[in-house]
Amino acid sequence: MQPNLKRIQYRVRGQVQGVGFRPFVYQLAWDLGLTGWVLNDQEGVLIEVQGSTTNAFLDALHKQAPALSRIQSIEEKEIEKKENEAVFLIRESECGDVQTDIIPDAAICPDCLSEMRDPNDRRYGYPFLNCTHCGPRYTITHSLPYDRAQTSMAAFEMCPACEAEYRDPTNRRFHAQPTCCPNCGPRLSMDISEIANRIRQGQILAIKGLGGFHLVCDAHNETAIEKLRKRKNRAAKPFAVMVADCKGINSFAKLDKDEQALLESPERPIVLLRKKKSNLPDTIAPNLNRIGVMLPYTPLHYLIMDALRGRPLVMTSANPGGEPLVIANDEAEHRLSNIADAIVTHNRDILIRVDDSVVRHDLSGPTVLRSARGFTPRPIALTQDTSSILGLGAFLKNTICLTRANHAYLSQHIGDLDNVATLCFQEETFDHLRKILHVDPVLAVHDLHPDFASTRFAHSLGIETFAVQHHHAHIASVLAEHQIDGPVIGLALDGFGLGDNGKSWGGELFKVDGLNCTRIGHLRPLAQPGGDKAAVEPWRMGASALHALGRRDEIDSRFAGHDTQTLKLMLDKGLNSPQTSSMGRLFDAACGLLGVCEIAQYEGHAPMMLESLVSRIEVDPQGWHLEENGVLNLLSLLNTLCERTAQSGANLFHGTLVFALADWVEQACTKHNISRVALSGGCFLNEILSQGLKRKLQQAGLEVYLNQHVPLSDAGLSLGQVWLGQQKLLRDGS
Amino acid sequence: MSHGGGGRAMSQLIEQLFGDAFANDILAQGNDQAAFELPRGKVVMSTDSFVISPLFFPGGNIGNLAVHGTVNDVALSGGQPLYLTAGFILEEGFPLKDLKTIVDSMAHAAHEAGVYIVTGDTKVVERGHGDGVYINTTGIGVITDDIHISGERARPGDKILINGYVGDHGVAIMSLREGLGFEASVQSDCASLNGLIGDMVKAVPDIHVMRDPTRGGLAATLNEIARQSGVGMMLNEPDIPIRDQVRGACEILGLDPLYVANEGKLLAICPEDQAETLLHAMQAHPLGKQAAIIGSVIEDANSFVQLKTGFGGTRVVDWIAGEQLPRIC
Ligand SMILES: [Fe+3]
Ligand SMILES: [Mg+2]
Ligand SMILES: [Zn+2]
Ligand SMILES: [Zn+2]
Repeated sequence: MQPNLKRIQYRVRGQVQGVGFRPFVYQLAWDLGLTGWVLNDQEGVLIEVQGSTTNAFLDALHKQAPALSRIQSIEEKEIEKKENEAVFLIRESECGDVQTDIIPDAAICPDCLSEMRDPNDRRYGYPFLNCTHCGPRYTITHSLPYDRAQTSMAAFEMCPACEAEYRDPTNRRFHAQPTCCPNCGPRLSMDISEIANRIRQGQILAIKGLGGFHLVCDAHNETAIEKLRKRKNRAAKPFAVMVADCKGINSFAKLDKDEQALLESPERPIVLLRKKKSNLPDTIAPNLNRIGVMLPYTPLHYLIMDALRGRPLVMTSANPGGEPLVIANDEAEHRLSNIADAIVTHNRDILIRVDDSVVRHDLSGPTVLRSARGFTPRPIALTQDTSSILGLGAFLKNTICLTRANHAYLSQHIGDLDNVATLCFQEETFDHLRKILHVDPVLAVHDLHPDFASTRFAHSLGIETFAVQHHHAHIASVLAEHQIDGPVIGLALDGFGLGDNGKSWGGELFKVDGLNCTRIGHLRPLAQPGGDKAAVEPWRMGASALHALGRRDEIDSRFAGHDTQTLKLMLDKGLNSPQTSSMGRLFDAACGLLGVCEIAQYEGHAPMMLESLVSRIEVDPQGWHLEENGVLNLLSLLNTLCERTAQSGANLFHGTLVFALADWVEQACTKHNISRVALSGGCFLNEILSQGLKRKLQQAGLEVYLNQHVPLSDAGLSLGQVWLGQQKLLRDGS
Repeated sequence: MSHGGGGRAMSQLIEQLFGDAFANDILAQGNDQAAFELPRGKVVMSTDSFVISPLFFPGGNIGNLAVHGTVNDVALSGGQPLYLTAGFILEEGFPLKDLKTIVDSMAHAAHEAGVYIVTGDTKVVERGHGDGVYINTTGIGVITDDIHISGERARPGDKILINGYVGDHGVAIMSLREGLGFEASVQSDCASLNGLIGDMVKAVPDIHVMRDPTRGGLAATLNEIARQSGVGMMLNEPDIPIRDQVRGACEILGLDPLYVANEGKLLAICPEDQAETLLHAMQAHPLGKQAAIIGSVIEDANSFVQLKTGFGGTRVVDWIAGEQLPRIC
């Protein structure tokens, strides 16, 4: 025996099951001449290797791990050597396959893609091939343990050829639960060539994808796009575009290395890229400077793209009427037949609806704007370990979040909780998450708002409930994500959340220390004439600003065509015009005054248009002042905007806002002797605002934290809620 | 008005005023109580207090509102309202001529509805302790044995009907109170519905539910019924009659017409196969000309009231815990 021969046990934790980890270890051990075994168990993967190359082995574990694996930790300990061990084996776990986590769906891998394009391969042209490095997971699994019987692939019996690959530890389909081939797997309802022909002819197709149906048409065909907008009743909200590869993007958008890496990642999110002048119709994303782009992520997408020779496609979620994504074939028939000219289905059921994710690459790195396919259900590590807690979010763009021990699982994007179908989807998502995580929450955390369906849902569960203030939860979501406990200055900027005092909040400065949250400042409130109506009609906020500025007389002329007489009376009397400290409404006021967008067609429409107008920011040093009680007054800025053109106003508004907010936050940091700042809330989707403010605060020597892996908008709220729930459980000592 | 001797004189004056206006044999007996015979059947009673501002509005005033409201509450059981009581709380200094107008319109409303105001009471409170006048009315009526109208009888498949335009009263009152000017074209719909209800019950004795969508509007009332019956409801937005002026006013004010109060409206829920018959009976009556079938009762353990919009989407028409707060984040 050689002197440096050792036997080492490695305990690997993280996302290491169902991703081809064991075959990888098996191959590696053989290559390095090691003996021993590997197995899956409740905690992850357990390995014992014996030989003289264990250092190289550990190194390779880290460096060459399979694409979909995510190693959280590797513990190693030297153990007693075994005599007479000649081989390395994959050992069956005692209780069969014990996969403890379901991993997110992943885009087709390069190996599968080349098989699909290889005329000599038995899977040539097959739209459903996959392996342990790629393919569907979360969307086809209804419960644990993760094996074929628990997925919608249970309906397809493997043929002998597939079965042989599945049993072979050296094959990349070893224990690939959804593996299949043209002989034994799912089938498409329409030939690829016909799909391509119909798209070329300008038809709108509903195509069944990974997490739901898409509505698809030719991105160069303006008539088809217009038809789609009309039939979907979606006048202006941007559509995403799918292109065959990154080379195809050059003609219409700018692309840097980071963005390319994001686009090509196994998550394959929609990435928001900067538009260039191009021959793609502007009606895809009207009046915006960014366009959402994604690469194909299923074999079916690639087959269609190949047939169309890389022609870009408009791809939009098939969720008519703001209801959840369509996933079932019969559902597609009755919900999509009046939108699509034809419906393309297949017979592999989608069990869980998951939309496309949306990501942007900015100075902070990739920022997830909508977390869904590819990201759900990936755990977020927390610093505390408590009983399971459920966070229910708020109202718009809702998600829920469930904890298990020291991990939080944020659900996929659920939607706006204003219709029964979405409410059912929320309930369904809760049941599913609970099942796959094997937990029963002891505490339901909800928003302060009494009339949100999420609040009512919390109270229907029969467990302890805990109401938390909306903006406190926003800041908590940043603390959770960045694992910060200590006191921070939190700045929450969004459209609306109910305040502790029953008032309408949305531009709030806090000192946050765990459960303790002190409101140390807020924007000077403006009247919001017509309540929620003002949130979709920025002209009303424009008029409200004029009224506050003593320029009531200008309301008629600036907003001719609207019922300004009544609106003025409403403002005079405060009739259905709650005062709000919202930053979202302040943006609306600016948009109204600058005539940028008088009536919004979708959430965020007006501020996105305003941001798109910015060419070079400008600062009005007289544009703001800090009042004694911590109130930030920006009326003077609004006053100046009245005399500006749209573009110069957009420049001035953004620049001044960044400086004003920085001034406000810096003074608060000094006063409270805190150097950490947490920023959250939907307004930070505005990149000029978030990046400008971040940079400025960093220059002032402050540590700045923003949401990054969790959406900044209300879609990240449920994470903040469970974090506060943990704090409560810890405080109460349970 | 004042206390003491002058007060007594004033009380007599008021009694005289009531006696003249409400004149009927039972009241004329001058007792502290009214005694009368009731026809056979179950007795129905209802009471309501009226506290409104402004007291006078286009389409009515607190007086006829106090009669209509209680007459309707009795009639909505499917029964026939017969007698009313009237209690007044007057603020010292309330102009007598206004009181006369109010009392006269009460008398007129009672006469139209075919009911008698048979006993009453008046109290005067100090200036600053009341908004002019408060009125309480209690009504009594009789219901025949074949009628079983009740909030828990809505069944999946049933149709939901309304007798006309939604939101008129609330918009008229708010407009006048705030000086918005819509009252020129929108009047309160306040009316006694017992005549219409009589025709409806005759045409379709098996009406399952009837209720007036007053405070909280259609939304509150339908949610109430849905929960009481353990069912859901699906309304069809384009079928709900709303005057253009009311729609416009609600639009600018940021109000949802489904949450706006009505005073002369009723919601009826009946078996699907009798809905057309009921609709025709309603449309034949002057207070039901714009009657419409606005939706259906559906099975739903969560008792959601939903609205199918003109664009093919649906949204939940929720009940609200308190005042309407903003929601859009
Ligand atoms: Fe928010
Ligand atoms: Mg009553
Ligand atoms: Zn693969
Ligand atoms: Zn096969």
